[in-house]
Amino acid sequence: MKASVGGYARATDLQHAIKLLESADGMARVLAGGQSLVAAMNMRLSAGDLLVDISRLSELSGVADEGDTIRIGALTRHVNVGTNSLVREHAPVLADAVKVIAHSAIRNRGTIGGALAHADPAAEFPACVLALGAKLHIVGPDGDRAVAVEDFFHGLFETDLEPEELLTAISIPKAEAGERQVLQEVTRRSGDYALAGLCLVKRQAGHRITMLSVGEQPELAHGAMAKLDAGDVDGAVEALRAEIEPSSDTKASASYRRHIAGVLLRRAVDQMTGDAR
Amino acid sequence: MSEMFRDKIEIDLTVNGEAVQARVPAGQHAVDFLRQELGLTGAHASCEHGVCGACTIRVDGDAVRGCLTLAAQLDGSDIWTIEGLTDTDAIRDLQKAFVARNALQCGFCTPGMLVAVEELLSKGGVPDRAVIRDHLSGNYCRCTGYEAIVDAVESVARQRAGEVTS
Repeated sequence: MKASVGGYARATDLQHAIKLLESADGMARVLAGGQSLVAAMNMRLSAGDLLVDISRLSELSGVADEGDTIRIGALTRHVNVGTNSLVREHAPVLADAVKVIAHSAIRNRGTIGGALAHADPAAEFPACVLALGAKLHIVGPDGDRAVAVEDFFHGLFETDLEPEELLTAISIPKAEAGERQVLQEVTRRSGDYALAGLCLVKRQAGHRITMLSVGEQPELAHGAMAKLDAGDVDGAVEALRAEIEPSSDTKASASYRRHIAGVLLRRAVDQMTGDAR
Repeated sequence: MSEMFRDKIEIDLTVNGEAVQARVPAGQHAVDFLRQELGLTGAHASCEHGVCGACTIRVDGDAVRGCLTLAAQLDGSDIWTIEGLTDTDAIRDLQKAFVARNALQCGFCTPGMLVAVEELLSKGGVPDRAVIRDHLSGNYCRCTGYEAIVDAVESVARQRAGEVTS
């Protein structure tokens, strides 16, 4: 269908964007790449929004080396996340994720900040960024703040962002020597949303496991992580299947998703032990 | 509603090499602007939620969904549609190969398909068939079963790379 839009304004700089968000009285929607938002508006899941187009804020795009972390601007497009040399070296699972996010034409416009702020539990970036232990940088009328990714996702399409706030960047700790980062997922067709997916990061401090498409928001699988830290893969599979709460839909049943979760964990462990970095 | 928001937006862009100025409704899709205001009906509006690829156009060098991009967002952009790519002979070899290989039947998907294919081929080299299929996974064709499309793309990649084709 056609989108129903209440109004449009193009932000000229960050302060202007915040002013626009404030003036919209809770009706504002941030428009970045638009690859989820415009689709949602077309399906009338959202109507009458006042769009704040931030896509011209070039200062929000690109990747910077900040010592122990890399900082990815919120407007960095998927295609550029996938090819960026800093990302490939220090957070390679994000580059791997780009290969399985939708289709080329979507990746050309979609942005990492948009994907995180949208908080679709079936999307790759939220789960990966949680597994990586990122920090999210937010600007609002009261200035800047940073939120640990563990506190960012609040539920289905819900985040810590207030209506007048804007996600500006994501900081990701650089991979340690010997760190492994793996993304595994099952999709029926190339580019589809995964029936289920799993991100596994192994650091000296232990394993971090997150999943996509098995709940209302990406969450750390603490039970499975503890078992894997103890070297118990079978136990980790069992714990993972017990701690997730997938739902049934037209694409897969909850029990099938639970089964896939265990399979993905085994595949991820195999891949992790197979390809030393 | 805040006065800072507009329901009509002035845009200034280039379409198929020609400068265009327009005033567009806030929620108008890029593909509808091209089709209804400029008469460029090659790109098709079909699923209207980014799945089928029939609306694929070129925006600033990238293949982009015309139904997931608002016309208002095109200000300052350089747009190419199948009409411009045809008139400039930019993809003549590809279009000939599609005809020669029966890579289209009804033709509804073809304008979007060609823009997507050209993006892949412009990277150079001869992509293998799995890569071609993966790249075109976002462009639905309900007639051909895709085999002929992959054949056509592969043959043009080989031609452009200077390889002999069968």
